[in-house]
Amino acid sequence: MEKDQDKIISEVTGSEYKYGFTSDIEMDTLPKGLNENIIHEISRRKNEPEFMLEFRLKAYRHWLKMEMPEWAHLKIPEIDYQDIIYYAVPKAKPNLESMDEVDPEIRETFTKLGIPLEEQKRLSGVAVDAVMDSASVKTTFQESLAELGIIFCSMSEAIVKYPDLIKKYLGSVVPYTDNFFAALNSAVFSDGSFVYIPKGVRCPMELSTYFRINAANTGQFERTLIIADDDSYVSYLEGCTAPMRDKNQLHAAIVEIITHENAGVKYSTVQNWYPGDKDGKGGIYNFVTKRGLCKGNHSKISWTQVETGSAITWKYPSTILKGDYSKGEFYSVAVTNNYQQADTGTKMMHIGRNTRSLIVSKGISAGRSNNSYRGLVKVTKGAENARNYSQCDSLLIGGQCGAHTFPYIEVDNKTAVVEHEATTSKIGEDQIFYCNQRGISTEDAVGMIVNGYAKEVLNQLPMEFAVEAQKLLQISLEGSVG
Amino acid sequence: MGKEVLRNKTPELTRMVLDRFEKTGTSVKTGLLPAVKIMQQKGREAFLTYGIPGYKNEKYRFTPVQKYFEKNIPPLMVPRNRNFKLDDIFRCDIPTLNTFMHVVLNGFYFEETSSLGKMEDGIRIGGLRQAMKEMPGLVSKYLNLAAGESTDGLVALNAAFATDGFFIYVPDNVVMEKPVQVVNIVNDNQSDLVQYRNLIVLGKNSEARIVVCDHTLSEYESLSNSVTEVFMDREARLDMTRLQNENNNATNITHTFIRQEARTLLNNNHISLHGGHIRNNLDIVLVGSHAKSHANGLFLMDHDQHVDNHVFVSHAAPECFSNQLYKGVLNNNATGVFSGKILVEKGAQKTEAYQVNKNILLTDTAKMNSKPQLEIYADDVKCTHGATVGQLDEEAMFYLRSRGIRENDARLMLMYAFAHDVVRKIRIEVLQDRITELVEKRLKGDIPKCHTCLVNYS
Repeated sequence: MEKDQDKIISEVTGSEYKYGFTSDIEMDTLPKGLNENIIHEISRRKNEPEFMLEFRLKAYRHWLKMEMPEWAHLKIPEIDYQDIIYYAVPKAKPNLESMDEVDPEIRETFTKLGIPLEEQKRLSGVAVDAVMDSASVKTTFQESLAELGIIFCSMSEAIVKYPDLIKKYLGSVVPYTDNFFAALNSAVFSDGSFVYIPKGVRCPMELSTYFRINAANTGQFERTLIIADDDSYVSYLEGCTAPMRDKNQLHAAIVEIITHENAGVKYSTVQNWYPGDKDGKGGIYNFVTKRGLCKGNHSKISWTQVETGSAITWKYPSTILKGDYSKGEFYSVAVTNNYQQADTGTKMMHIGRNTRSLIVSKGISAGRSNNSYRGLVKVTKGAENARNYSQCDSLLIGGQCGAHTFPYIEVDNKTAVVEHEATTSKIGEDQIFYCNQRGISTEDAVGMIVNGYAKEVLNQLPMEFAVEAQKLLQISLEGSVG
Repeated sequence: MGKEVLRNKTPELTRMVLDRFEKTGTSVKTGLLPAVKIMQQKGREAFLTYGIPGYKNEKYRFTPVQKYFEKNIPPLMVPRNRNFKLDDIFRCDIPTLNTFMHVVLNGFYFEETSSLGKMEDGIRIGGLRQAMKEMPGLVSKYLNLAAGESTDGLVALNAAFATDGFFIYVPDNVVMEKPVQVVNIVNDNQSDLVQYRNLIVLGKNSEARIVVCDHTLSEYESLSNSVTEVFMDREARLDMTRLQNENNNATNITHTFIRQEARTLLNNNHISLHGGHIRNNLDIVLVGSHAKSHANGLFLMDHDQHVDNHVFVSHAAPECFSNQLYKGVLNNNATGVFSGKILVEKGAQKTEAYQVNKNILLTDTAKMNSKPQLEIYADDVKCTHGATVGQLDEEAMFYLRSRGIRENDARLMLMYAFAHDVVRKIRIEVLQDRITELVEKRLKGDIPKCHTCLVNYS
């Protein structure tokens, strides 16, 4: 027990950003900048059918007409969209059969990250679709999943193999007109994951994807689409780490989830991209649109996120509760330190009858960071007996940071019961004193208290993520006390 | 930080409104203090910069100010000759409420005598125009001091053209025994855009109780845009209640700026009983340490009425306390908005700030938007906020009904209780009783008017 603690302490104190390294992998990139030719080229290289090219071009043309949103409580430096490489793919051989064929450099990177892509993963019951920059490198467990009729593959593969599903669902929850970053993503998205769970199937393992931004100056435009057909269930994990970089990198992803009748999707994220150094230099810009649609009656979508990385986070995983008796959940821990900024939260749109939603958000700010919760709970006219409970707590560490709450409640139906509660507090001196007295250093005490504070959310994570997330919280807050 | 978009998004409308004012209002410019002229100039510039809030303005998202101004209601720039006696149209008589009563009619202080009422201990109550003449130093010092910082185009519009309103000054160490009652009346035989400006200055360790009533009597469509500034010097105490009772054709936009120095105590109540469209902006800054501030509000709306309470409490100094309690009952097609914000600035340690907004919707067509917000830049603080939207508690209903109380009565009882949380915060006892009565009437569906009042809201 003690040894474990020692190990964690040394890990906590030992590193600034544990996952800061870059691997030299030969990249196949397009020139910088964005125009219709680039989009044609992306589409061509990916062998996409005609309708995808049209989709991308429509999105691009719409994007040109849009402006960067300014409403978030964030200071976003000017982004030069012509100074970004929109397509980068590691020059690996396509369609690998076994691990040996994977580029040794890439394997090395994954080993450093602690991701055993090897077959051991199978024992822990996790299928990994590892995304390295823009193209899917290796997909495992596909066959065993395929036996159940589950489709779990890269987005590019899905576009080619299952155009009907893509046509039907892509952009149906997040249309390209949705917002500035969604339009950009729709125009240039390179790859991502596609999951289809057929009727009545309960996915036997946690599906997970590790996203990783690798090549310098390449924006990462992921696109994920999860479809859960009637009576199905899947738990999907997404974890992110990125190498240390000086220049800011842009990430604008889209995640779409559709659940049909009685279906459930649990989507968990641990986001630990490079947050910039202690002076706020560098770091990832994370502008993500995540939205789920509870299409069928009695369907359920649950979002869990642990956000510790990125210089700027702009992310609102939302749920549209369209089916009667559908349920949306949102659990979030967002940690900001140094000069990080986060504006994150959720939207719950109650449309169907007897819909329920639950929001638990825990914000922790330290250093000179700013951490905002922004949420919308909307009950439309027909949403009889809608029920929402939101709880957003903020914890402040140090006198230079900010914690903010911007909840919006819009109720259009008298039978709705909507509650929102929020508190803001700091770690009590008495709590620290209690720990110090028992020989626990202040830094560890803060880690312990923060973990306790975030427990409600961390408990929602699948086991292996929960452990990683706890460590992450401690690492992120390192140097914020004393 | 605040990423508010300040650009004028309605340049054409803004220009049009400005032109209308400038064409109408030449005569009021005479006899103004230099400070007032500067304020007008600044107001004009600010108005052009910020403009009439458009549909996408975050602060006015749920209140279509643009629409109100697009109706092109002509501004009233000089007092009209009255062809009626005030007593004939309005009589406020809360029998035991012994107050100094003052009336502002259509934005102009209504007073037969031309001097500021002088009272023992140097208290001055009267019209702002008169105060400019008689207390130029004080007026120059305070006028527009707080409102001038606003980025709201409507506040700027008021600064540019409003020249009258009520004025209250309580000198250091003076306790005003009797409450002051100020009645703002809009009554004319045509549509008017009315603007007035009020100034309240409380000296060190002084105390005042003020009741402000907003009444619109005219049956024509009216639009009122008023600014009130309150300055509380060290250890001053103020109890202010604003009662809004207006007809369905009235649109009333109020802006109240309160600056609290150290160890001051404010108790501000806002009761909106009836009105077409109401928008109240309350802006409180706790400038000195150990200041305490209570902002309470109650709104009871029905039919197509609309009420929007926008409360901003800024903790700029350490060890202050603030509490916001806003409750609303919405019936028929009424819409309600609550948007409250607590800002705790850097260094404002040991702040205690609370905010609660509770609402009841009685029909499917009523609508409530609530936006309780916190913005905190200090770590040693205790801040909470909460908001609920719902209906009457079924268990409570069952409890009452199981004891033989009819459904309707039970519902009324629960609603009284709900509203009473706010009403009981009114410190002037007779006024509290009267408002309790008005609230009860209102909840029963009667038009809430005082016995002796001839005012007819419909």
